[in-house]
Amino acid sequence: MPKREGMEVSIAASEAIRLANVDAIAAYPITPQTHIVEHLSEFVANGELDAEFIPVESEHSAMSVCMGTSAAGARTFTCTSSQGLALMSEIVFIAPPMQLPIVMILANRSLSGPLSIWNDHTDVMMVRDCGWIQAFGENGQEIFDLTLAAFRIAEDRRVLLPFMVNMDGFILSHVIEPIEMMDQETVDKFLPVYKPKYRMDPDNPVTMGAFAMPDLYTETKKAQDEKLKASLPVIEEVWKEFGDLTGRYYHPIETYKAEGAKTLFVTMGSFGETASTAVDMLREKGEDVGLCQIRLWRPFPYEAFWKAVEGVDTLIIVDRATSYGGPGGPVASEIRSALYTLDPKPRVVDFIAGLAGRDVAPVNYEDMYTRAKARIASGDIAGYEIYGVKE
Amino acid sequence: MKPVDQMTWKDLAVGCVVENAGNADTYKSGDWRSMRPIWDKDRCIKCGVCYIFCPDMAIKETEDGYFEADLFYCKGCGICVRECVTGAIRLVEEEE
Repeated sequence: MPKREGMEVSIAASEAIRLANVDAIAAYPITPQTHIVEHLSEFVANGELDAEFIPVESEHSAMSVCMGTSAAGARTFTCTSSQGLALMSEIVFIAPPMQLPIVMILANRSLSGPLSIWNDHTDVMMVRDCGWIQAFGENGQEIFDLTLAAFRIAEDRRVLLPFMVNMDGFILSHVIEPIEMMDQETVDKFLPVYKPKYRMDPDNPVTMGAFAMPDLYTETKKAQDEKLKASLPVIEEVWKEFGDLTGRYYHPIETYKAEGAKTLFVTMGSFGETASTAVDMLREKGEDVGLCQIRLWRPFPYEAFWKAVEGVDTLIIVDRATSYGGPGGPVASEIRSALYTLDPKPRVVDFIAGLAGRDVAPVNYEDMYTRAKARIASGDIAGYEIYGVKE
Repeated sequence: MKPVDQMTWKDLAVGCVVENAGNADTYKSGDWRSMRPIWDKDRCIKCGVCYIFCPDMAIKETEDGYFEADLFYCKGCGICVRECVTGAIRLVEEEE
């Protein structure tokens, strides 16, 4: 069995990029993603990674360069955070319709203002509808694994879409964890050289990123939607193969002690680790509760989600972003919509918690469980509660 | 390849790539035109300013050294009219 090494998760993520033998990296440093970019530039400078490291003057340029290198047929990586994602967002939306399989790690951080460098999911929710495959890792090992698998999925001829690995800033990026590495030979077998369907080649010219008139734009969007939905079985297939190789299996929806449970917490990202501790504590007290984690946010795995909530009475959603003046947290509103056609369907109680790095400890989940019960008893489960706010 | 207005979403290449690069010359931008430029040969000094300024390269030189619009591409923007040094070009309404 391969050795587990203690290392910072950002360093482990950089190791995954090195092992993936990327050809091009363009990124601009921003907290809390910085260690990844720094470490990758060292790899390239030391000759440990044969790649073009392209320093850019902004994230807008970073993603623009990534589109160019990916279009040229290079395996391409970038990473960013919060304001950086906001600045690059114009280009983020262009990569999926052009089917450029760029891989990005997003070190999740709250958006300004007020200015904050800490973790929540407001950055990723800003680009929810950008058309990238979007997955969340719960711990360092998952970030390492999902990043490696991301290249294989993104570059699959049946997919050819960019892939965003979400890593909670600081909570994951700056924490030292035991990580099981993979050797180069195993990675090379799992992740063969990228063979693009089309690439920028002077001898075989094609046009990329062409203009679409109203009589064709709708068709391009339908094709994009179908492509993203069709990536789901490939994602499952690749994660299965990765599991067979490493013993670490990943699924679009992950559950913990959910079998037969009447109440499930629903979380994304690093919340899952604390929530599962809270589930254990509540179970010891005789409460019938489990955990459902959404690993794959886009394409949304409806079938797996419906299966996970079968027979469940209550879903306690713990959101990490707000839709101001709207239906509540983005995860809860999505789930209410996903449940609409089910009969019977579980009720949804929505909490918005952990904004900008505010700790959500296992006791807080216990508290949310109690508060959810009280809200159900009072018949008031509409809307949402910003948990722990000082009144 | 099917004409653009008959293509379905299934006909699109991966990433909406256009496989026959440079096919913009098959697109009839002349359809946009509501006004058409015409030349007055008595005023034209064959300087070619209209040819140089045309943003769509839709003005061509004829055998006798005068200039005319290629109506497959000409959008009727009127830049040639504005730039002509002797006022030899004017725009007229498209009838049909």
